[in-house]
Amino acid sequence: MSEFIYLARRYPLGLAGGVILLLFVLMAIFANIIAPLDPLTTNPRASLAAPGTTYMLGADMMGRDVLSRLIHGARISLAVALGATFIGSGLGMLLGLISGYVGGWFDLIVQRVAEIMQSLPLLVMALVITASLGPSLVNTIIAIAIPLIPNVARVIRANVLSLRELNYVEAAHAIGMSNTRIAALHVLPNTLAPLIVLATAQLGSTILTEASLSFLGLGVPEPYPSWGRMLSESAAEYMRTAPWLVIFPGVAISAVVFGANLFGDALRDYLDPRMGD
Amino acid sequence: MLLEVNDLRKYFPGRGGFFGKTPDPVHAIDGVSFAIQEGKTLGLVGESGCGKSTVGRSILRLIEPTAGTIRFEGTDITRMPSKEMRNLRKRMQIVFQDPYSSLNPRRRAGDIVAEPLLVHGVENRTERRAKTQALFERVGLRAAQMDLYPHQFSGGQRQRISIARALALGPKLIVADEPVSALDVSVQAQVINLMMDLQEQEKLSYLFISHNLAVVEHVSHQVAVMYLGRIVEYAATKRIFERPLHPYTQALMAAVPMPDPANRRRKQHLGGDVPSPVNRPKGCHFHPRCPLAQERCRVEDPMPREVEAGHQVACHLV
Repeated sequence: MSEFIYLARRYPLGLAGGVILLLFVLMAIFANIIAPLDPLTTNPRASLAAPGTTYMLGADMMGRDVLSRLIHGARISLAVALGATFIGSGLGMLLGLISGYVGGWFDLIVQRVAEIMQSLPLLVMALVITASLGPSLVNTIIAIAIPLIPNVARVIRANVLSLRELNYVEAAHAIGMSNTRIAALHVLPNTLAPLIVLATAQLGSTILTEASLSFLGLGVPEPYPSWGRMLSESAAEYMRTAPWLVIFPGVAISAVVFGANLFGDALRDYLDPRMGD
Repeated sequence: MLLEVNDLRKYFPGRGGFFGKTPDPVHAIDGVSFAIQEGKTLGLVGESGCGKSTVGRSILRLIEPTAGTIRFEGTDITRMPSKEMRNLRKRMQIVFQDPYSSLNPRRRAGDIVAEPLLVHGVENRTERRAKTQALFERVGLRAAQMDLYPHQFSGGQRQRISIARALALGPKLIVADEPVSALDVSVQAQVINLMMDLQEQEKLSYLFISHNLAVVEHVSHQVAVMYLGRIVEYAATKRIFERPLHPYTQALMAAVPMPDPANRRRKQHLGGDVPSPVNRPKGCHFHPRCPLAQERCRVEDPMPREVEAGHQVACHLV
């Protein structure tokens, strides 16, 4: 507990970021209890209702409560954002590490495939993948995670290439340490900083990619709400007439990205012993 | 002999090369031979880029040599498979120049020093801790500093950690690659004294790589002077400092600043730079900069000759 207080005092911004993320996660878990109304029930008379007492953040075209949809939408949006970022960064890190450390033909193949993947826009890649896997939550996560892999792999590979030349890696060879152990003990921990920065930066774009996929009918199927879809469905038509349909999902996405960035920065500093004193 | 190196060569593949033309290789080491006795120090001197560090790394097989033989305690290790090599690594270690990049910033000093023990099967935690503590004290650090991270130490202390790591497995030979060049002069003396004390206690041998002649004179029993991948002069320390024979060695010695302002020698400066190891001059590699160069030096490559007992020089004019 005293450790926690100490950390909270050292990283107040990180604490704020962590609290924001925690609130959203709790919101997603207890959506059934927190949400004031059913997110799927339509009400023709409340179509595009402005924020008021019944519909605190307004209602959409079909008269569904925006607040309740936001609360329930946290489930899909967070699952997609965190799931895709974790899977994409994890696999990308592994590939980048092997690619940079082992080199040779493995590196050559991985880098060429990464280039091919990077030449296609994220959305097009995800489209092709979901189209072949079919729409569902898990497939959406996979579809968004795969295009992230090459970005992460390339950054980590570049980092590994420079780390590999450092004296402490050479010293580890000189004491007879195996390559696997050197990679795990001396190289991998030193790639954490760029990995965390990269992962937190990707978080926002995964939410938006999910929105585009859902908008095209290839993401999580209707009528389940996600922030991305709430935003993309109404951005074009209702920005002027019912701005609350655009603003509130946008605020939710920004808040999660903001929280993740603050938390990620603090985590990076905490894991770096040089920032210790 | 603890270590015998014979005609060691290392050519790095060149870069570039157009239209399938094989690029010229970099001749980093071009036929180097020397030997180190048990408990003795060989100083390896030369300008930067002459291949001294490559020699040090090749001996430990951190770089695979292109040709030549390396015999350690009588065994040829030049082509030894890496599995067998692993056991030998206990007996030969390295200390680097840069005290910053030689320690992993994310690991505690104690773990860094204990790592060789862990790799070579000292499984018991308490035993490892006790040994690490003893190593810390031997290199003049306090046991309480084991839990600190590298950035919390000064350059000299970091070099002591490196030395403790190298000592952990009880080696016979330590390749010291410019171990004090990055340190303040006062700290240099401390680290050198530590290394010399350890040599006496442990019967250690050093390959002491440096460009600092004063330091080399102080620590070495024998000195080899390198120029562009070759040894140009090789003799006992006293002899080479009293009577340098090769024009390059003479020029190096003349360039050492004298601490005595009354004793102003006429300095003979070398013009030009070290030529590229890709496009080496024909004949004697040193002839474009040599004040005494003759026609013969431009054509014919001088072989190392024993001019006096135990004093080898590669120069036509000696």
